[in-house]
Amino acid sequence: MLQVSIYRYNPEVDAAPHMQDFDFDTEGKDLMVLDVLEAIKAKVDASVTYRRSCREGVCGSDGLNINGKNGLACITPLSETVKNGKLVIRPLPGLPVIRDLVVDMSLFYAQYEKIQPFLQNSSPAPAIERLQTPEDRSKLDGLYECILCACCSTSCPSFWWNPDRFIGPAGLLQAYRFLADSRDTATEERLSKLDDPFSVFRCHGIQNCVNVCPKGLNPTKAIGHIRTMLLNRAT
Amino acid sequence: MVTQVTSFSRSGLSDWLIQRVTSVILLGYFLCLAGTLLGGPDYQSWKAMHQTTGMQIFTLLAALSLAAHAWIGLWAVYTDYLTERMLGPRGNTLRRICQLGTVLALIIYVLWVIQILWG
Repeated sequence: MLQVSIYRYNPEVDAAPHMQDFDFDTEGKDLMVLDVLEAIKAKVDASVTYRRSCREGVCGSDGLNINGKNGLACITPLSETVKNGKLVIRPLPGLPVIRDLVVDMSLFYAQYEKIQPFLQNSSPAPAIERLQTPEDRSKLDGLYECILCACCSTSCPSFWWNPDRFIGPAGLLQAYRFLADSRDTATEERLSKLDDPFSVFRCHGIQNCVNVCPKGLNPTKAIGHIRTMLLNRAT
Repeated sequence: MVTQVTSFSRSGLSDWLIQRVTSVILLGYFLCLAGTLLGGPDYQSWKAMHQTTGMQIFTLLAALSLAAHAWIGLWAVYTDYLTERMLGPRGNTLRRICQLGTVLALIIYVLWVIQILWG
């Protein structure tokens, strides 16, 4: 029997958040954490609230704090996370809770918006498409795969303390994705917006982001590349 | 771009670079001191070493590095924890008091080192 403990908070009725325990029979199966949540919602308490969509690690909706580590509920098997028969599920840390496991991601998206996550090219658009060599295209590997689940940024203490000023690992990974793109010509404008004590340099390289990324990406490495670009530009 | 007027150099890149360069200087200085101490110096040879111009400049360089390194590091700590987000409006006042106190203390330390070296 699995003891599942879920963070509960309904601001309309609860004065403060609390943990609610459920006993759950896995019937010997190695379920995903999302399967457990779905079963509890369907069979025990329909009021348990969380986000989910694709249930296969593509949409990034069900980022949660599972037994103390951020991850996607839909691709985290119980065998990987459960120890001593306990499963503790909390919302992503550092963001305001709307209800139960649902957080307000406005701060996260505001930082993503800051880095202007779209191609900028001042030359006239070609008839069909802007071409790229295979070598230039390969520079985007490890960057474009981010699904914006926010597991990385919400595991970063610098983002917890300064979510309005530090762009965070997810935003910075995407910032480098466009800095590294041979088709983007706004490199100077992009870099000039990052040379302050907070936007990039609040990263102290502790690599919590690398540790939790469900897609196996490395935001710390991308941040290192941005630092090098800023250094090369200014020295 | 987030503006700041109390960080060491006003630039994130510059602060970052200064912190790394000063850490290398401090490492070199303390390795130098540790190496000398391991040799078991007596008071006279220890004093003589610190009266050479090269060592005096190295010591001043280390003191300036320590001041810059500490300013940048503590500024980051204060702007993490002593903020309006963490403590309410009093966080702003507390942060500025701590920043001012730190900078004053570091300036005093550097002037004190100069007095010890050449006073």
